[in-house]
Amino acid sequence: MTNAPYPASAGTSAAGKPTSQSPASLARRILLQGRYESLTMLRNGEQLILAVVLPLLALVGLTVTPFLDGLGASRINVAVPGILALCAMSTAFTGQGIATGFDRRYGVLRFLSTTPLGRTGLIAGKVLAVLVVLCLQVMVVTLVALPLGWQPPASGWLPGLFLLVLGAAAFTALGLLVAGTVRPEATLAITNLLWILLGVLGGIVIPADRLPAVAQSIVVYLPSGALGEALREAFMFGTVDVGAAFILLAWTVLAGAAAIRWFKWN
Amino acid sequence: MRSPESPVLTISGLIKDVGPLASLDGKMLRVVSGVSLVAERGQVTALLGANGAGKTTTIECAQGLQKRTGGNISLLGQDPGQAGAGLRARVGVMLQDGGLPPSARPIPLLRHIAGMYSRPRSVDDLVQRLGIDDFSRTSVRRLSGGQKQRLALAAALIGNPEVLFLDEPSAGLDPHSRQLVFDLIGELRHAGMGIILTTHLMDDAQRLADYVYIIDAGRNVAEGTVPQLLQRDPVVEEGLEHVRTLVFEAPAGLHLAGVLPANITVTETRAGSYVASGPLTPADLASLASWWAAHNIMPGSLSLQARSLEDVFLDVSGKDIR
Repeated sequence: MTNAPYPASAGTSAAGKPTSQSPASLARRILLQGRYESLTMLRNGEQLILAVVLPLLALVGLTVTPFLDGLGASRINVAVPGILALCAMSTAFTGQGIATGFDRRYGVLRFLSTTPLGRTGLIAGKVLAVLVVLCLQVMVVTLVALPLGWQPPASGWLPGLFLLVLGAAAFTALGLLVAGTVRPEATLAITNLLWILLGVLGGIVIPADRLPAVAQSIVVYLPSGALGEALREAFMFGTVDVGAAFILLAWTVLAGAAAIRWFKWN
Repeated sequence: MRSPESPVLTISGLIKDVGPLASLDGKMLRVVSGVSLVAERGQVTALLGANGAGKTTTIECAQGLQKRTGGNISLLGQDPGQAGAGLRARVGVMLQDGGLPPSARPIPLLRHIAGMYSRPRSVDDLVQRLGIDDFSRTSVRRLSGGQKQRLALAAALIGNPEVLFLDEPSAGLDPHSRQLVFDLIGELRHAGMGIILTTHLMDDAQRLADYVYIIDAGRNVAEGTVPQLLQRDPVVEEGLEHVRTLVFEAPAGLHLAGVLPANITVTETRAGSYVASGPLTPADLASLASWWAAHNIMPGSLSLQARSLEDVFLDVSGKDIR
């Protein structure tokens, strides 16, 4: 510790006049926050289990069991799109929702919204972090799935990745809605429970056709079912499921509007 | 409200309603009703009030964290409710609960926040100045209360703000850290920063503040410099002399009735400890001293106490600050 006196002004311009502080550019602020949030997510062990380990275990499980037999050319071709959808739900909904809930509890959201980052920059940074982690998940799943015999059509990648991002947007909005309206412990319980329920019964890794008839009619309207179906269409047949895309868009808009309306910052 | 010379913050007639609350049959609760204040550049302006008085709500409206129901706020000439990053870059905020991510380590966190500004202060300088290097490898969740406070102060100062909001800055600080933080606040004030301090600690306000606003039940109840507030005396205003308290220790069980005038109350608070309070005059002190001389009593200790901000607070709000 030293007792050096505190300088009198923030800085001086070339002309020697005191200059007032200004923010870094919006893009820089968002990139910095995105990097910070991505590193925080990747350093969190529980988060990595949810984001990488469990989806890979599910992938292996679906290729060695007969659940998906008869739905496509091979088990792995049917399984991988669902696993990618599960990755989006892990990161955007459960992981990001829990992190945001606890950030809210500890006043991190309030403090950062008083800095030049602001609320918009904070949310943009979180969305960016979700996209960064999702990119890494797609790479890992692809690297594991290709040696296992995954053969997606080349024409499937563009619509597939676009729909994956749209699904991540819907789940991010839903995660923020939960994180911003209930206690962090409740966010933890709700997002983990929904991850399991939607993962098993929500049409995400197991197609709606294989679920009980009663569930089928509901599941296709859920974000999990819509994303699972849309990614299977894209990565198995190279086609775009327009209906599912609209369902995902509707979830994004509705959950986003609800989050904007009801999100409590403190 | 004082007349502004170089204000950094002006609040006039602030109103804030919260709710609707189920406990009030779905009605709104008014937590701030008409608070007004001015904070000057190069001064420490304190908002003093009990917990729940409305001071944090007032300040959060000024920081743009809460939307006001009514009234006007001008922070560096702008409405904080509509403010963009340009205004936020010129304002530093230290929140009562810190607002720092528990998993973060101090120096990477400060570097991250510094990146949000075009001309941040040197992280290394702040780290050294506030003694953060002593715990730079510890994550926020494992820091002591005082270490968290020092880190939160560094985070508020990293953008070298013109206005600094400090919410209960000495909470959890050990005496050494408190002195360190108080010295720094003094220097920042001297360097021209406008500092707005919210506290329920009389001592903080008395030691740091150039001007004090006492807030109670969502309203201004008194204001002034510390000396002005200490002179403000309801008894004086009624045309009587100053209320003073004389505290002394002497043999137990003295019968002091008749030694002092009837308007001075004398209480033996515990065996051998006496408190005389009321509009004491020099003649009263002389009478008491003569009585002691006549009875060959030498008080063990003797002190005449001036009013403290706590007494002022009790007078204006009719309740204890805590």
